Amino acid sequence: MRHAISVLVENQAGVLSRVVGLFSGRGFNIESLSVAPTLDPSKSKVIITTTGNEQVLEQIKKQLNKLINVIKVVDCAGKDYVEREMIVIKVKAEQETRAEVLRIAEIFRAKVIDISPNSYTLSLTGDKSKLEGFIEILTPIGILDFVRTGTVVMEREMQGRRKLS
Amino acid sequence: MKKISGAQAFIEALRQEDVKDVFGYPGGAVLDIFDAIMDADDIRFILTRHEQGAVHAADGYARATGRVGVCVVTSGPGATNTVTGIATACMDSIPLVVFTGQVSTHLIGNDAFQEADIVGITRPCTKHNYLVKDIEDLGKVIKEAFYIARTGRPGPVLVDIPKNIQQSMVGFKYPDTVRMESYSPTFKGHIGQIKRILSVILKSKKPVIYAGGGVILSNGSEELTAFARAMKIPVTTTLMGMGCFPSGDPLSLGMLGMHGTYAANLSVTNCDCLIAMGARFDDRVTGKVDDFAPKAKIVHIDIDPTSISKNVRVDLPIVGDCRSVLKDMLSELARKPDEVSELHSQIAQWLDQTAAWKREQPLRYCQGEDVIKPQYVVEMIDELAPDDAIISTEVGQNQMWTAQFYKFNEPRLFLTSGGLGTMGYGFPAAIGAQVAYPGRTVIDIAGDGSIQMNIQEIATAVQYNLPVKVMILNNGYLGMVRQWQSLFYKGRYSHTSMAVSPDFVKLAEAYGAHGIRVEKPSMVKDAIRRALEIKGPVFVDFVVHPEEDVYPMVPAGAPICNMLLV
Repeated sequence: MRHAISVLVENQAGVLSRVVGLFSGRGFNIESLSVAPTLDPSKSKVIITTTGNEQVLEQIKKQLNKLINVIKVVDCAGKDYVEREMIVIKVKAEQETRAEVLRIAEIFRAKVIDISPNSYTLSLTGDKSKLEGFIEILTPIGILDFVRTGTVVMEREMQGRRKLS
Repeated sequence: MKKISGAQAFIEALRQEDVKDVFGYPGGAVLDIFDAIMDADDIRFILTRHEQGAVHAADGYARATGRVGVCVVTSGPGATNTVTGIATACMDSIPLVVFTGQVSTHLIGNDAFQEADIVGITRPCTKHNYLVKDIEDLGKVIKEAFYIARTGRPGPVLVDIPKNIQQSMVGFKYPDTVRMESYSPTFKGHIGQIKRILSVILKSKKPVIYAGGGVILSNGSEELTAFARAMKIPVTTTLMGMGCFPSGDPLSLGMLGMHGTYAANLSVTNCDCLIAMGARFDDRVTGKVDDFAPKAKIVHIDIDPTSISKNVRVDLPIVGDCRSVLKDMLSELARKPDEVSELHSQIAQWLDQTAAWKREQPLRYCQGEDVIKPQYVVEMIDELAPDDAIISTEVGQNQMWTAQFYKFNEPRLFLTSGGLGTMGYGFPAAIGAQVAYPGRTVIDIAGDGSIQMNIQEIATAVQYNLPVKVMILNNGYLGMVRQWQSLFYKGRYSHTSMAVSPDFVKLAEAYGAHGIRVEKPSMVKDAIRRALEIKGPVFVDFVVHPEEDVYPMVPAGAPICNMLLV
């Protein structure tokens, strides 16, 4: 099962290396990773999505907690949370497909952020399944390249309420 | 505030931590610290002959005393030479603070002379590490380093101090307290869980205690002994737990695992309640995990949450310091005398069974008249050495025979590299223990292979007049590897013969120590007596049976009840 783990760490040199080193050293998998300072600039939030059975996840969380610079570990699985990721994607846009690409972009509420005679570059924000749906639809038209930011998550303020998005 | 140099501040910090002895080796990037050490008459410095020796010595010092071991070495190769020692301490949860010199901050990252990213290198084998980039942080970092090393599950902490930081001037005040938002290990066990655990134990019919190094690290041996005796529960210990329960006690089953006793392995396999204390279900203990204590409810007391349910599923975990939890258990038990005596009657049959297993297949060997058996040497050392003698070992057959045949009755008398299995550990560790206790007998039980891994430390022993006795069980092989080759690789002895070794007697003498060679069983006791009487370091070279094996043995990956007995 896929888990998004949110790790609050001290914002210091070398801390990310401890977190990532723990995953590689113990054979845990990192699917995506995102890191940035938080509201309190002395702390950073590392968000890791990973997969594994219950026992592996339990070890990951305990081992993360054991790192001296780690302040808090939250596994979002089982909680109500919002999840976002951004993709920037360059799509082939020849004469006959230019309109089609724009139509798809509109349906997904993606933005055109660069344009050339033969391509569009689009950006889209959403959860993992939305991004993957977008990639799937654009694949037959011809994807030239894409980059993804990695997932960020935040717990909902009101746990257990109906999802808004 | 009067300004002092970073190097002087470093010395002041050691004083505040009540450090009496420091092991190490000088070099370019720690010249300032060494200059300051020269003026610190209250701190004794022990110059080893290799940085690895310095770390093992500090480790032996820490294991024997329970205090934090301290090392100072230089940057680059000095620092990288400490890695094996640090990893050894990390695997066995030994509190160390290792200080390394570093090139000046403006040179870091430039591939400067004797530069190594030691913080990067040791990240996975330290409990934590630091690079001091600002002189104002020096006191806080050292304070935290000592605090992290000795609290929670102890471990080694490395502090990398660049040369310009040692030279900068600072108005120094060592902090009185540590405040760390991200580090607060659980010490006291949850009392509700303690009650639940006790009720499970009191209902069991075939309980066994499986005690590890955590009991010794928490100084909980007395409490464990009291608990086991009050409940009449048999005790098996891991290699790291040797001495946490008196091996002479009728409840003692000896060591469990790959080279554990028949009684211990069968008791664990057949028990209905396994009480693990300060142990981590290492693969050398469990054998095939699915068949480890398959019928038992497993209770696990450990200060490190990551140890719980890591290798074996645990039914009743409790996170806390072993000694503190045992104390709480004892005071709970005091309120339940009826249930305790009920337990005694319901486990009587089980105690008969475990005692029968001990009688059926005791540890044994056959000493003839011509060739010395290594087990006999260990037994005779046990017979002749004083009760408070500290014994270290190297790694391999010498280590297993010592664990099997030397009867440890008290904690902190057995120093051995359990987790990492570091050959070359025992001799420097013995030196460290002797520094801590100059008046006691300290013996390294070694093999002819592993003693050569840090044999240079004999110069240290001679220089500081540390009367360590090294008992070499010389079989001319890397015996444990040879044993595996004999059993599992069709007897193909690939590179395990030590075809050339030095003459250990002459070598000892060349360094200014004493050497004794023993070739006949009848001479063994006399040689040990003589070695113990000599007031200086001694190498005793026992020429033993070349192909004696360690038994019982559980083949790797097999259930621990599948023992090869002879």
